[in-house]
Amino acid sequence: MNTLDAEAIYASLLDALRGAIAGRDISLIGVHSGGAWIAERLHRDLGLQRPCGFLSSAFHRDDYGRRGLPPEMKATELPFEVNGADIVLVDDILFTGRTVRAALNEIFDYGRPARVELAVLLDRGGRELPVAAQYCGADHPLAPDSNFVLSRRDDGSFDLRIEQGEG
Amino acid sequence: MAARHPQLNENGELRHLLTIEGLSREMLHHILDTAATFVGVSVRDVKKVPLLRGVSVFNLFFESSTRTRTTFEIAAKRLSADVVNLNITTSSTSKGESLLDTIDNLVAMHADMFVVRHSQSGAPFLIAEHVNRKRGPDVHVINAGDGRHAHPTQGLLDMYTIRHFKQDFTKLRVAIVGDVLHSRVARSDIQALTTLGVPEVRVIGPHTLLPGGLEQMGVRVFTDMREGMRDVDVVIMLRLQNERMRGALLPSAQEFFKHYGLTEEKLALARPDCIVMHPGPMNRGVEIDSAVADGPQAVILDQVTFGIAVRMAVMSILAKS
Repeated sequence: MNTLDAEAIYASLLDALRGAIAGRDISLIGVHSGGAWIAERLHRDLGLQRPCGFLSSAFHRDDYGRRGLPPEMKATELPFEVNGADIVLVDDILFTGRTVRAALNEIFDYGRPARVELAVLLDRGGRELPVAAQYCGADHPLAPDSNFVLSRRDDGSFDLRIEQGEG
Repeated sequence: MAARHPQLNENGELRHLLTIEGLSREMLHHILDTAATFVGVSVRDVKKVPLLRGVSVFNLFFESSTRTRTTFEIAAKRLSADVVNLNITTSSTSKGESLLDTIDNLVAMHADMFVVRHSQSGAPFLIAEHVNRKRGPDVHVINAGDGRHAHPTQGLLDMYTIRHFKQDFTKLRVAIVGDVLHSRVARSDIQALTTLGVPEVRVIGPHTLLPGGLEQMGVRVFTDMREGMRDVDVVIMLRLQNERMRGALLPSAQEFFKHYGLTEEKLALARPDCIVMHPGPMNRGVEIDSAVADGPQAVILDQVTFGIAVRMAVMSILAKS
């Protein structure tokens, strides 16, 4: 099977977050580009008051020395006060944890948040850093040479495919 | 097959930035897009990102400059590079050491990037070809202005400024006014504007300050400023380069101002939303009137701010090409 039910996984993530954030004044930050799509939709579905933030991890990646800048860079936009904020960082796939590490550095360039939690659509295992998600749509271990590819349809719904590696 | 330009590597990526000539529209937009992501870095709590940590950048200014040298230094520091400013007038070059010997010595000190300004056209090319030959792909050269030839980062920051205020290049009339003959900025701007698809690039100046071959570069030439200013969207004023003047090309600065100085009255001939640019340093009352330089249509200080982001983008693209 090369596709997953992305909509069902998203619904499960939304449920998990809805229960956890009741009574809190949270700020969502989506990591470009897949995480930004998910954060945008969560922001709408959760009816959050604070504007949604978007973040590029490119400036703090640990593979710049090997890969350089990504071909299409997007800017970080955090349209709220980061100092003291209750932040939920949103990404699509949690794998090695290196993107999350870079994203945390990026957030801290803007101030000192009170708390940062992590929400991901899918956890594929394979962690190389001590990172865990508080909110996760589904666990789906995947071989290191394969990849999940998230795309967004015109109506805003998600599509999730597995790209098999050679092995 | 034509020889590869020394500023490109075997994959067609930028290894050095020496000139805008020959760069594709896609490459120019890629640099401007990357610069856009760096603009915000300068207004964060922490105005620094770690991309160039451990990289040594040498500022080699064989010709005086304040703004360009400072913005390169700030750009490198905001990327976490180590910056060394060489004061060339008091260095070994003045004791007779050759340019390339100076470079070899700095490379032996593990320099990773040279930012070079030189009064001789072609000096940064010479350095880039030398390091390509002797040091391979790991040392990078940025031309910060060579003689009358090119000033590519100024050209890029001018394009960034125009794109910021006007969005679409393909509907613009842009006028470049003044001492085009001695201006490396004009050359880089004309190359960038035509590559980015600006349909009408105008050059305005007296015959004595216009080089030959402008029509071949795809520009319209005006010697009457009032005619040339009509309906332009962007006007780029050039500095009257006294230090590069040989012989009597002009009767006087006052005479120049009368005919080619940008006043409110001449600016009124342009489109009402025309932006006024100047690469600096400005000679008030020579090429531009204070009322215009400080007026609402001037974006001259925006150019300076964007210049840092553009130089950060160029450095971080080159460092890992």
